[in-house]
Amino acid sequence: MSYAAGLLLATFLLSFAGLLLFLWSMSRGFFGSSEAAGRVIFEAKEIGLVEDPAAPDVRNTGEFQAVMNRTGSTGEFSLLSPEEAERRLELDESSRLPVLLCIASAAIWLVIASVFGLVASIKLHVPDWLVSEAWLTFGRIRPAHLNAVGYGWCSFAGLGVCLWLLPRLLRTPLEGARTAAVGAVLWFVGVTGGVGAILTGHSAGLEWLEFPWQFDVPLFLGGTLMGVSLLRTLAKRQVDHLYVSVWYIAAGLVWLPILLVVANIPGLHFGVQQAAMNWWYGHNVLGLWFTPLGLAAIYYFIPKTLGKPIHSYNLSLIGFWTLAFFYSQVGGHHLIGGPVPGWLITLSIVQSVMMIIPVVAVGINQHRTAWGHLGALRYSPTLRFVVLGGMMYTLASVQGSLESLRSVNTVTHFTHFTVAHAHLGLYGFFSMVMFGAIYFVLPRVLNWEWPYARLIRWHFWLVIGGFTVYFIGLSIGGWLQGLAMLDANRPFMDSVNITKPYLLVRSFGGAAMTLGHLVFAVHVAMMLLRRGREREGAALLRRPTPTPRGATAVAGARA
Amino acid sequence: MSGARQVDVLRLGLGALFIIAFAITALVVMPYATLKDVPPPSGLKAYTEQQLRGRQIYIANGCIYCHSQQPRDPSIAPDQARGWGRPSVPADYVIDKPHLLGTMRTGPDLFNIAVRQPSEAWHLGHLYQPRAYLEGSIMPAYPFLFEERTGPAQPGETVVSLPPAYAKPGVRIVPTPEAIDLVAYLLALDRSYPVLPAEARR
Ligand code: HEC
Ligand code: HEM
Ligand code: HEM
Repeated sequence: MSYAAGLLLATFLLSFAGLLLFLWSMSRGFFGSSEAAGRVIFEAKEIGLVEDPAAPDVRNTGEFQAVMNRTGSTGEFSLLSPEEAERRLELDESSRLPVLLCIASAAIWLVIASVFGLVASIKLHVPDWLVSEAWLTFGRIRPAHLNAVGYGWCSFAGLGVCLWLLPRLLRTPLEGARTAAVGAVLWFVGVTGGVGAILTGHSAGLEWLEFPWQFDVPLFLGGTLMGVSLLRTLAKRQVDHLYVSVWYIAAGLVWLPILLVVANIPGLHFGVQQAAMNWWYGHNVLGLWFTPLGLAAIYYFIPKTLGKPIHSYNLSLIGFWTLAFFYSQVGGHHLIGGPVPGWLITLSIVQSVMMIIPVVAVGINQHRTAWGHLGALRYSPTLRFVVLGGMMYTLASVQGSLESLRSVNTVTHFTHFTVAHAHLGLYGFFSMVMFGAIYFVLPRVLNWEWPYARLIRWHFWLVIGGFTVYFIGLSIGGWLQGLAMLDANRPFMDSVNITKPYLLVRSFGGAAMTLGHLVFAVHVAMMLLRRGREREGAALLRRPTPTPRGATAVAGARA
Repeated sequence: MSGARQVDVLRLGLGALFIIAFAITALVVMPYATLKDVPPPSGLKAYTEQQLRGRQIYIANGCIYCHSQQPRDPSIAPDQARGWGRPSVPADYVIDKPHLLGTMRTGPDLFNIAVRQPSEAWHLGHLYQPRAYLEGSIMPAYPFLFEERTGPAQPGETVVSLPPAYAKPGVRIVPTPEAIDLVAYLLALDRSYPVLPAEARR
């Protein structure tokens, strides 16, 4: 035990020393002028100019701009010259192939995964439904849902959005777009094979690592190829400052292959050690893969749509490093109360609580940037999704820190409360941000507008409504389930019976979400097929028929 | 300018690698070092071939998504009072590859199921139709692990004896080899042998 205490103390001291060193180096300006880095995503006179290609029409964009002029006037020019617009379009087009592949794949997996989720959910209150086929049994559909959601929808959406962001962030056309496209195809093969393996009963048996290693190989190669493309673009970059989103994306692409390799070393892991490894991986894939991609998107899209630099660039870097350090060690909080060495659990709980630092850093930054302009949410679909997603990031993380305390975890650990938290994180935060990002990205990539603004509204309200029902219902049900299980005077079946109504409620919420996803996927498909009428003077950067002054100063000029 | 640019990337790359290395050390290597020499308790029997096949069936059909295998300490939860067994220790798992600790208790912990339910017949029937045994259970039925047979009985065939309300007249429910293997595995889930407190504290 003294050995464990020593280790804890050492980690603790090291964490703090690292933090102090970091703060010191920042106060000495080692990271360069923060003011300048925060402006990298704008052209010379662009600050103050709103941008949302998903806005329904010019009038709407004008109103959006008017709101920002009222609430966020910076006294700057709010102009994008035709040459700058042209240059940006070239950048946007450089990543077209891999981005389209990723986003289309994401939409496909989103629909498949949601159907799996809904089927699994219904099975939990109708246990004799669809039982005659092995591949449809709960114990296969559920991991198929998790993996389709994680490696299909979330990873593809994150990769697509980030590949599209890189050229803009580095002001350099994407190098090796073809290589990245091959990477995307390999990734698709890996996910398809892996989900197929689960459904046919070939799961490897570890949560989050159900794919047999044969299908992790294409994931590894695919991720690496996209990483190579990133590195080559990075080497050629034409900016002096790395915007904070680049930090997140690059680190995520470095970490993912390492995670996959360590987790899949054959024959090495056993018993309780394997459980520790399992959750080291499980939480890192969340904390060092999905979360960085999601935050990278938030850090770009909120400032960009509003035409206003991020509140504090330095704060965003503190957020980055503390997130990386603390998040990478929280895996043990999935094993609280289990037969695992005590120091490991304690270490993870400590770091889970320390996570409050990066979460507050990110929170302050996002909310200070968007605050005061919430009226703009009415006009910008992108902003609506991304700002909401950002809020749910804060909520999920605060909830997570509390949930890792022993007193709370004892109640929630084995219950549906954890499932509700999982959806608050991966759905409320990550998926919402990705929806918003995709609404921004696709019009630029395809040079075409969203055919039906109404579908975006339907999508938004279906998923928000559905998710609210899902989350609240399951949190209550899970908590009651946990209390019932801890009460030695109540039979175990009490904990089963008490959750049933909430499981039913979840199915209703989940059905609305699934419907919303269908609307989204159909809209993406229409977009890819360039359906809908071509609109007059729309919100795109460039129109086929040039308008005087270049279409874009448009919004600014009109306001 | 390019000097400063290199520093940025270098800092990012090295920082990211250092951090992940640190996490691997703490959460993967250290547990490996502390646990690799834990001796198997003398009461722990290695799985037989059949039990291992059954374990694969358990994995393939995702029993882990509803059942944990880690009874907790009485100071945390009343697992022992429910008959789920003494708190488990790392030594109990040395023969488990892959581990099946689980994170959900939609159903009860199964680490010592053989102790409280040693009947093969009960398990087979319960797998075929849980609600025949526990009204209100939400465990899925597993009819695909069984065959319905009519006609004359064949030699050596095991027949599932269901409670009368669930039995179909004239139809025999016969477990597949998979079902038999799975139950063999369930009947091996017995960690009731004593462990030393020292082992428990590891
Ligand atoms: C959807 C969740 C779910 C899945 C999947 C599931 N179970 Fe269950 N299981 C339950 C519930 C709930 C109970 C308690 C009610 C009962 O006994 O039927 C239970 C009870 C049991 C029991 C009796 C435990 C006791 O204390 O009496 C056994 C044995 C069992 N399950 C084995 C399995 C096996 C083997 C599998 C995989 C083939 C499996 N279960 C899959 C939910 C599940
Ligand atoms: C400070 C930040 C966070 C902390 C401390 C935290 C903590 C936790 C804890 C304690 C659990 C429950 C483990 C258990 O009892 O089984 C958990 C589960 C989970 N969390 Fe978080 N969380 C945080 C943020 C997030 C975010 C941002 C996401 C989404 C990207 C997320 C996704 C999940 C998922 C998916 C699970 C379920 C894992 C599983 O059982 O499969 N969490 N988290
Ligand atoms: C597309 C966005 C979604 C994401 C990112 C997502 C994510 C997840 C994650 C991470 C888990 C694992 C939870 C855990 O282990 O604790 C999970 C489980 C689950 N999800 Fe989803 N999900 C999504 C949509 C849905 C929908 C639309 C439904 C429909 C009802 C649904 C139903 C379920 C069910 C039933 C489980 C299993 C819970 C259990 O094991 O008891 N999910 N999901």
